[in-house]
Amino acid sequence: MTAAAERSGAASAHRIRRGTLLRSEQAQGIALISPTFLYALILLVAPVLVVIAHSFWTQDFLTIDRTFTLEQYRIALTEPIYRDLLARSLYISLTVSILTVFLAYPIAYYISFHGGAHKSLWLFVITIPFWTSYLLRVMSWKVILGYNGVLNSGLMGLGIIDEPSTSFLYNTNAVIITLTHAWAAFAVLPIFVSLEKVDRTLLEAAKDLGDGPIRSFLRVTLPLTLPGVISALLIVMIPTVGDYVTPKLVGGKDGVMIATAIETQFKRGANWPLGAALSVITMTVVTVMAASIVFVIRQAGRRVR
Amino acid sequence: MPDRPMIQIAGVSKAYGSFKALDDATLTIREGEFFSLLGPSGCGKTTLLRMIAGFDTPTEGTIAIDGQPMDGIPANRRPTNMVFQSYAIFPHLNVDQNVAYGLKRLKLGAAEERRRVDEALAQVSLSGLGKRGATELSGGQRQRVALARALVMRPKVLLLDEPLSALDKKLREQMQVELRRLQQAVGITFVLVTHDQYEALGMSDRIAVMFGGRIAQVAAPSQIYQRPVNRQVADFLGGMNFIRANVVETNGTAITVETAGFGRVKTEKPSGFNDETRETTLGIRPERLRVLWDDAKAKHEIAGTIVDRHYFGEITHFIVDVPGFEKTLSVSESNNFGADDLPVGAPVRLGYDPDALVALAD
Amino acid sequence: MSRILSRWLTVYAFLYIVFLYLPVIFLPIFSVNTSAVPQFPLAGFTSKWYVELPKTPALLDAAWNSLIVGLCAAVLSTILGICAARAVTRYRFRGRTVASGLIMAPLVLPEIILAVSLLIVILSLGLQLSLFTVILGHVLICIPYSVTVLNAGFEGFDRSLEEASADLGETAFGTFRRVTLPMVAPAIISSLLVSFTISLDEFIIAFFLAGTEVTLPVYIWGQLRFAARLPGVLALGTLLLVGSFILLSFAEIMRRRAQRRIQMGGAIA
Repeated sequence: MTAAAERSGAASAHRIRRGTLLRSEQAQGIALISPTFLYALILLVAPVLVVIAHSFWTQDFLTIDRTFTLEQYRIALTEPIYRDLLARSLYISLTVSILTVFLAYPIAYYISFHGGAHKSLWLFVITIPFWTSYLLRVMSWKVILGYNGVLNSGLMGLGIIDEPSTSFLYNTNAVIITLTHAWAAFAVLPIFVSLEKVDRTLLEAAKDLGDGPIRSFLRVTLPLTLPGVISALLIVMIPTVGDYVTPKLVGGKDGVMIATAIETQFKRGANWPLGAALSVITMTVVTVMAASIVFVIRQAGRRVR
Repeated sequence: MPDRPMIQIAGVSKAYGSFKALDDATLTIREGEFFSLLGPSGCGKTTLLRMIAGFDTPTEGTIAIDGQPMDGIPANRRPTNMVFQSYAIFPHLNVDQNVAYGLKRLKLGAAEERRRVDEALAQVSLSGLGKRGATELSGGQRQRVALARALVMRPKVLLLDEPLSALDKKLREQMQVELRRLQQAVGITFVLVTHDQYEALGMSDRIAVMFGGRIAQVAAPSQIYQRPVNRQVADFLGGMNFIRANVVETNGTAITVETAGFGRVKTEKPSGFNDETRETTLGIRPERLRVLWDDAKAKHEIAGTIVDRHYFGEITHFIVDVPGFEKTLSVSESNNFGADDLPVGAPVRLGYDPDALVALAD
Repeated sequence: MSRILSRWLTVYAFLYIVFLYLPVIFLPIFSVNTSAVPQFPLAGFTSKWYVELPKTPALLDAAWNSLIVGLCAAVLSTILGICAARAVTRYRFRGRTVASGLIMAPLVLPEIILAVSLLIVILSLGLQLSLFTVILGHVLICIPYSVTVLNAGFEGFDRSLEEASADLGETAFGTFRRVTLPMVAPAIISSLLVSFTISLDEFIIAFFLAGTEVTLPVYIWGQLRFAARLPGVLALGTLLLVGSFILLSFAEIMRRRAQRRIQMGGAIA
């Protein structure tokens, strides 16, 4: 064998080895993430697919009739009770998400621009209540707003009202207040992150070009932090639409949301297909609502500039 | 044994998909040599260094260290050690523990390990700082720890990946001297990657200049500086005047070219020069042109007019317009003799040595 | 003008903190109140509601269950989180975005949907609802938090530290043990603490999947129907709050330590 042939032989052997190495970078990554990925696939995707499948079947006493039908969707969309529950859930989640973002923006702004050396302490202080039990936080609102609650007894003690008011608890507003409180931290974080990314020299440039603090906020800071505002809206809106605990504890008759109906179908009512259809509809509708809000905000954001 | 090969790189290429980071590099680095890989970022110098260290695998070709082919041998079993660009000082260990990191596996015994750590720390002038935490070190100290940590392993080859780029100018210059001294003291082969031509020129025995994944020239610093093979190399190693020249004749290793001003010049033919080419470039460094005062004479001279001047303290840079040249010439003149007095617009005569003229491949 | 704005912002920030903490403060206040009805003015100080807690066997069972579920969920979600965070921060591979998107998805899904879909599958497969099924669900919702905490710990981890270790003769396993693990240990501890706290406080999934063995929040939910038991629930809730607060403070300290290590390791000068 000539030296040249030897070398090209060695080179091709290298090419093969390099090939397996390249594949192995891909393969190592896939192999490493696959336990977690498979877990999410089996315990999230598969169950959601099963729910979607159920929504096209019917309950036949204790068994499931697996003939394809849209009957559950017809019921879910035409029965006034479900329509009302769905509408109220959407109204509540929309209101709550807008309120939380509205309340969270100034605090995120304050931490980002005036937090100084204590930024992470501020964030920690704000997120701590969020980490503690959701159930307990909702419960404390019940204690505050109840007939014998803190608010009533406090107002009576101050002589503002003569007898306990029943208007605080067990209505839609109680649900909105409680949820807004519960999701506050969730809205602060994404807005804070997007504010941190704003290059401070851009604001100086705006000032240099003649903008006052309010104009430079509207023309520079706000448009640049829209992505944070949008993700804050979504991260609050989507989970709250299916909230179960809050309407149960503080919502009363007027504050019932769709999750209660879903729970009833799966537990007591034992009509899985109807419960499944309600779940699918809730998810679809909230996704459409979220998408259209993102669209509207982006359009509005373009106008401001 | 002088000139014994330490690293033999034979036809090594590295491809990422269709992008070739390194293209068919062949190079021999000698034992005990201070060798630099010099080039702009993305020229493949770091890729080559990482393949010598064993962090990357060549797509083609082989690398042998001290006669041993390195195919399939992982980084932890190669007789090389590396000083990383970021220094990669283990932040959870103190200086002693960092330096002893690799020794732990050799199971030398506590006393011998201690002795070698102390010796290495002394080599880099860090004696007494062994208990200092990794996070309490200055940039220069981190660099020394990285050096000690690699040297303590007594490698056959020490690899340095832009080791001075994170230091400020003063410290960088000081460390250049120290690195060179250290290399001569320990006698280990050093391979340095840098994009700083002064660093490479000042420290190395030999330099490989690289562009776009290819090795353009391998030679001693003075050779690289004075006789660059092409315009790219010439340009990367400091300023050079380029003049279009007609090829008169080529003959073996010699080439004769003709330009306005310099006239006919016979010089070395650059390697890889295509004899069919009719036009090429003649180059001369700005400091090889000198201003002729009053009636001073030189054997070879050209005349022109000063069109601009830039004062740099120890030197002044003149831009001189020479009739017949497409572009102006740069002349750098020491201010020892009052060159800073020459005004713009003054006529000037420039003397030169024909040896300073280099024919360059494009 | 801007000074007035920033003063108002400071006032607002403190009001916001009050808004966040005020409702939660009432739990401990009324848990030491003699009256069984949570209202002002306070009747008097007592610790009897706390003393009664350990005398309730059902509560102790629930606490034990919560502990088991929390520990299992924390360990499993941290292990799975390590795999995902390491893969995402270390390797470039096709399908990376899709895989991590799916792993993070439980974060933005209504928990009731997760709960009922798991319920359907478990019951359809003929499995019994038990603590095990709760753990399965909790791991699913803890993973996104674990991955977030661990990603922050792994990201910016200077890869040349591992290369330096290999360069100094250490094997892949030795490098993991001597360099990688000590560097990321604080992040791992932080992930364990955070996922334990989430599991400890989680209600919906436990409510749907627990069967007869209930966790603390499900136990509390059951007690809420009885007005007379409210003070006991408040006392229990206070203990849970304090426990969560301690765990999270510790997690935060660990997270900061992890960040400092990474920053020093990656710093060039």
